[in-house]
Amino acid sequence: MAAFVDETVFHQLLHWHHFYDKSTTDVGLVSDGLFHAFGWFAVVAGLFWLAALRSRRALDWRRWAGGALLAAGAFQLYDGTVQHKLMRLHQIRYDVDITPYDVTWNIIAAIMIAIGLGILLIARRGGPRLS
Amino acid sequence: MITVRLPLAAAGLVAGAIGAYGPLAQAADHDFSAHAVVHLLLGMAAPLLLCLAAPVTFLLRTLPRPVARRLGRLLTLAPMRVLTEPVVAAALNVGGLWLLYTSGLFAAMHSNSALHALVHLHMIMAGYLFTVSIISADPLPHRRPYPYRAAVLVAAVAAHDILAKVIYAHPPVGSDPTQVKSGAMIMYYGGDALSVIVMIILCARWSRDARRIPLSGLGQARTS
Repeated sequence: MAAFVDETVFHQLLHWHHFYDKSTTDVGLVSDGLFHAFGWFAVVAGLFWLAALRSRRALDWRRWAGGALLAAGAFQLYDGTVQHKLMRLHQIRYDVDITPYDVTWNIIAAIMIAIGLGILLIARRGGPRLS
Repeated sequence: MITVRLPLAAAGLVAGAIGAYGPLAQAADHDFSAHAVVHLLLGMAAPLLLCLAAPVTFLLRTLPRPVARRLGRLLTLAPMRVLTEPVVAAALNVGGLWLLYTSGLFAAMHSNSALHALVHLHMIMAGYLFTVSIISADPLPHRRPYPYRAAVLVAAVAAHDILAKVIYAHPPVGSDPTQVKSGAMIMYYGGDALSVIVMIILCARWSRDARRIPLSGLGQARTS
């Protein structure tokens, strides 16, 4: 349970770094700064959390991997749909036809969510822990 | 502990001295990149090293009893409580920077040496207060809960990074725009590096204090 939550916080952050390009709006600038700072903190705190779980032998790497993939995929999908398309905060590339990039981006996100969910479901059914 | 703290204190003083005197400080008058390095040394590196050296603990232990007791009482006074409040310290620290770079203060500072010294003094003192309010090794009149300190730290780092980008986009009056771009990047990435060190120390203390508390109680650990 805790390992799951841990990864929701921690691994997601590696993806938050896709967040910035030279946004021109003030809102973009402020949200970039906040995400950037919180991203750093979540990485640091997540690693400490992970270490605490390990030292208590309460860490299940399978749940960790599942949570990480699910969180990263969910964020990528959110980034690819809401932020890229609905809010138009930023794009993957500029001055080219963006459609193949967008499609690939969101398909990869969906695959990550599927694999992450799969791993978590298997972990939940029991079986040997990989700790 | 004194064996670790003495070199820390020395390093902090050296960092401050390099920022305030000598070739780097002179270059900072006309080169914005050097100015950004000075700003990181005075506002972040020196305060962090000095804060870890726990100077107040050192004074309390080495001063004659009556003087130490008076110092101890001084630290519990209302102004000290207010100044070591994380939100106040963060506002003094990052707010001061916003004021410096988005007003005419930056240009004025370079034509008035007294103002220049005052700005530097503010930078190092506000930097020290802020670092102390987040990760003090010294006794504080009151110590805030970890989640609160973490939130203020994240907000302050964000405000610092946003300011670096604002400077990049809108160079302060009286500075060379191309120099400002590299200086703003030094401020952004250098600031991040030092902030991550503060985050690591904060999280290390947090997890140390939480060790004997059940995992679900991580957020409730109050002491340091």
